[in-house]
Amino acid sequence: MAYGEKVIDHYEHPRNVGVMDTKSSDVGTGMVGAPACGDVMRLQIQVNDVGIIEDAKFKTYGCGSAIASSSLLTEWVKGKTLEEAQEIKNTEIAEELALPPVKVHCSVLAEDAIRAAISDYQSKQEA
Amino acid sequence: MKFPIYLDYSATTPVDPRVAENMCHYLTTDGIFGNPASSSHAFGWAAEDAVKQARQDVAELINADAREIVWTSGATESDNLAIKGVAHFYHKKGKHIVTVKTEHKAVLDSCRQLEREGYEVTYLDVQPNGLIDLDVFRAALRKDTILASVMHVNNETGVIQDIASIGEICRNNKIIFHVDAAQSAGKIPIDLQALKVDLMSFSAHKIYGPKGVGALYVRRKPRIRLEAQMHGGGHERGMRSGTLATHQLVGMGDAFRIAREEMGKDNERLMELRGRLWEGLKDMEEVYLNGDLEQRISGNLNISFNYVEGESLMMALKNMAVSSGSACTSASLEPSYVLRALGRDDELAHSSIRFTIGRFTTAEEIDYVIEMTREQVRRLRDLSPLWDMYKDGIDIKSIEWAAH
Ligand SMILES: Cc1ncc(COP(=O)(O)O)c(C=O)c1O
Repeated sequence: MAYGEKVIDHYEHPRNVGVMDTKSSDVGTGMVGAPACGDVMRLQIQVNDVGIIEDAKFKTYGCGSAIASSSLLTEWVKGKTLEEAQEIKNTEIAEELALPPVKVHCSVLAEDAIRAAISDYQSKQEA
Repeated sequence: MKFPIYLDYSATTPVDPRVAENMCHYLTTDGIFGNPASSSHAFGWAAEDAVKQARQDVAELINADAREIVWTSGATESDNLAIKGVAHFYHKKGKHIVTVKTEHKAVLDSCRQLEREGYEVTYLDVQPNGLIDLDVFRAALRKDTILASVMHVNNETGVIQDIASIGEICRNNKIIFHVDAAQSAGKIPIDLQALKVDLMSFSAHKIYGPKGVGALYVRRKPRIRLEAQMHGGGHERGMRSGTLATHQLVGMGDAFRIAREEMGKDNERLMELRGRLWEGLKDMEEVYLNGDLEQRISGNLNISFNYVEGESLMMALKNMAVSSGSACTSASLEPSYVLRALGRDDELAHSSIRFTIGRFTTAEEIDYVIEMTREQVRRLRDLSPLWDMYKDGIDIKSIEWAAH
């Protein structure tokens, strides 16, 4: 199967690869997927006092499309409010990366990852 | 070096230039283009002679009689003909078949079809090294078992089954024994005078012949009967109708003859190259060989690079043509059923790469492959949250993952 240009670009030059301190109160971590299914994404966001995502990092075990989906997402969420980030739809990711139908699940996983990260951050604020 | 480097010889091989050249002489008006079944004129006779020679060349590689060779379109058709042909012919003797979970789909799906027709099939497990436990095989046989089908060499792992012993067991129990030899012919010796094998499937394109042609060996003594799956002009003694594709058969014959002449030399070289590749990779952390190293053909190395997903690794190895046991491309997300049958967990099955080398692989290419693979595995592990967890001493199996 041939990969789209944007997938290859993100795959070869992934943006925002890295790790944040999961324990830090201004960091939200979302880890989704399962090794047995062939993809695991860890997406982390750092949120400032006014609820804007200042930084985002990811690491992904999975195919090129999974890596590209999470890389793209980290770019998109930076500078967004939590509400805005929550609105990002998997279909937008799939469209931007021109994912073929068999790879759409990668974008779904990315959407799950950002939601999980936001909810982790929010639960920390409530605690 | 020419890029991309071809390391997928088990998927198919290039046609040997000597074979391709000769095949061209059987197509045009300048060549021998006649129908081998045209017995009334010289065009037909010349074609018939060519087919006869090809039949002889195929038979000689496996120490069989030329009259035991039935031409087909490939190993898929041979497997279908053998399994369905025997089942349909001998159904009055019983309706039970024994095969193995690591077989090629051509065997497994033929068996599935028979199940739909009311036959019963036992699919045997293999040991972690990919080999069948002979006691398990023996225990699976029943009074109504008519056929056992076991592949000689596995296409994913290159593991060689002990078909000599399995053949003895079958013969002692009066069970017809079929062997899919698509991946073994021309790579390891096959002696059908010695082996108690009744039917054997072959393909030309796995050993430097053309695609779209194969053969089924059908034993004469003791005689094995088949019900034809392809009806028509009654070619191949009624077992497989259809005008013989002279140029394809000549190509297969040449490929089998060259294999007979050069197998020893080829294997020595491949053994050395395979050893070089394995030596160059095996000291990496969390690298696992899939399948037995000793009972394996020389051209195969199937490795799992833990914590790296196979498809992304294939994408990273873009200058190389390899295949992966990971099936992220399919909607099912199921990793290789062969590796699963070896007891590999899903993660390792998803992390596997099959390197298969052959006649035109060079040492220079192997060195490049080693360097590139090491570099890309390192890069992808730096991207892998699972690798981080492994490095932090977290047991990935202790985590409750949400399956999706
Ligand atoms: C073990 C085995 N059996 C059968 C086949 C099918 O062979 P063919 O492509 O000639 O139909 C293959 C090749 O894919 C194979 O590896």
